[in-house]
Amino acid sequence: MLLDFEKPISELESKLNDMKQLAVESDVDVSLAIKKLEENIISLKNDTFKNLTRWQRIQLSRHPDRPYTLDYIYEITSEFIELHGDRNVGDDRAVVGGFAEIDGETIMIIGQQKGRNTKQRQERNFGMANPEGYRKALRLMKLAEKFNKPIVTLIDTPGAFPGIEAEERGQGEAIAKNLKEMFTLKVPVICVVIGEGASGGALGIAIGDKVLMMENAWYSVISPENCSTILWRSWDYKEQAADVLKPTAKDMLKLKLIDGIIKEPLGGAHTNLQESAVFLKKALMSNLETLKKKSSEERIADRMDKFGSMGVYS
Amino acid sequence: MAWFNRKDKGIQTSTKDKKDAPDGLWYKTPNGHIIHMRELKKNSYVCPEDDYHVKIGSKEYFEILFDNNKFEEMDALMSSADPLNFKDTKKYSDRIVDTQKKTGLKDAVRTAHGMSKGKPIVIACMDFSFIGGSMGAVVGEKISRAIDYSYQNNIPILIISKSGGARMMEAGISLMQLAKISSKLTLLEEKKIPYISLLTDPTTGGVTASFAMLGDFNIAEPGALIGFAGPRIIRETIGKDLPKGFQRSEFVLDHGFLDFIVDRRQLKNKISTLLALIFNGA
Repeated sequence: MLLDFEKPISELESKLNDMKQLAVESDVDVSLAIKKLEENIISLKNDTFKNLTRWQRIQLSRHPDRPYTLDYIYEITSEFIELHGDRNVGDDRAVVGGFAEIDGETIMIIGQQKGRNTKQRQERNFGMANPEGYRKALRLMKLAEKFNKPIVTLIDTPGAFPGIEAEERGQGEAIAKNLKEMFTLKVPVICVVIGEGASGGALGIAIGDKVLMMENAWYSVISPENCSTILWRSWDYKEQAADVLKPTAKDMLKLKLIDGIIKEPLGGAHTNLQESAVFLKKALMSNLETLKKKSSEERIADRMDKFGSMGVYS
Repeated sequence: MAWFNRKDKGIQTSTKDKKDAPDGLWYKTPNGHIIHMRELKKNSYVCPEDDYHVKIGSKEYFEILFDNNKFEEMDALMSSADPLNFKDTKKYSDRIVDTQKKTGLKDAVRTAHGMSKGKPIVIACMDFSFIGGSMGAVVGEKISRAIDYSYQNNIPILIISKSGGARMMEAGISLMQLAKISSKLTLLEEKKIPYISLLTDPTTGGVTASFAMLGDFNIAEPGALIGFAGPRIIRETIGKDLPKGFQRSEFVLDHGFLDFIVDRRQLKNKISTLLALIFNGA
């Protein structure tokens, strides 16, 4: 699938392919033209992706080819044993987690998981967790704490699931409990918003010593579409809503609500999973190293101070 | 033929001599019962005929809970900034000023400490009339400071929730207030200070997904709407009508998320008894 602003680039790329084909099939020397076209593509990409609007970034964060939690887990870890269930009601497939090995070290890695096709999307409930998902995540975090392993969470959700059973089983309580408990975890916690970070559903696994965002991820209290529906009473103001919500990584860093931004390949994470994973892994490892130098008391105090200082008032 | 004949045509009383029936002198409950405001006030704003709990704000709750309505308010002047420069159909900064004028409140929560049944207590009470009781940085900071006060002085805290959730106009900042207040509550664990969360009509969204559900005791007024997602969103998502009584206090109690439901007329007594039981022997 191509987004509107990806189309001109894609057109040039197919032109380039045609030309390369031509070069193979005929004796005409097109090397100069190919070089020119390649340069054009890079500069067009640069122009397009340096000046993305907020709404365009949100579209990228939801790109159907965008890497999801399990894609990253398989790329950055050498061993991964998935652990299931909240030991109470069931296993929420919208949240995955387990122990994994990364550069010889064991971590607990947990994240929301979206589906790639219709069947998977149904299984993963579009990455919208039920209370069991949050309770499973907390169970795994406590397990990590018990065995003194750092925790990495990957956030990618359009929100916690708004359903009858979710309410019956205490969606609000499940998220609330995670928020409180994550402040007491003695091991390092790094949270990365890799795609969508919608509201309490995202925050429910996003209390960390370091909270990072991928370059084209978004994170806010509500999606621009829902914000538009509530404040303008129409779906049509989503672009304006995106601009006032300021949900991009750059915005969130400027507002001091996150600790850093992880670069994506030019063109967005979906254009190159391997490269995106390298960037993610590098960020995780360097932050982990810094965090491990602190005592657990220091980390908890810093974690509380950081969130405690969020908010502007007069 | 009429018994009395009107001698003069039209209304003769001059405007200045007209008697005004002040607005809000009588209250009509959703069940159609009509009650005089003075009676309602004496009855903790509960209609005696149908036990309907009228939606009230911090002023009334303070009056009900603090002995002789005596309390010391904290951070009374704290007011919203507009760090995002937010504008929808109206500028957020204008919305704040207008709402402050209209309601006489500074933001959607008031915090105070005082005595209730002769024992010290900290109370944070949300006001729904201020932008739907929505939680932004002011609500986050005021409640955090109220918890700090409770922690520093070893005083139990009661938080009365009445909110539609996080305040959209403060976007990411309002979301982080969920985390901020939740982090503060971990302090109370350490000193074993009781935290009572009273959920009133309505308590939804980010408030439910943070401090409102984190009480040592989660209690609610009868019939209050309590939930994470609002009923409209759920109905639209699942495309079905919602069962009767869904997300009401009684439903939430049945599903195990409330300790008890309390009639507002018994609220003060019940809280003081509960706290007395905890402090017994301490």
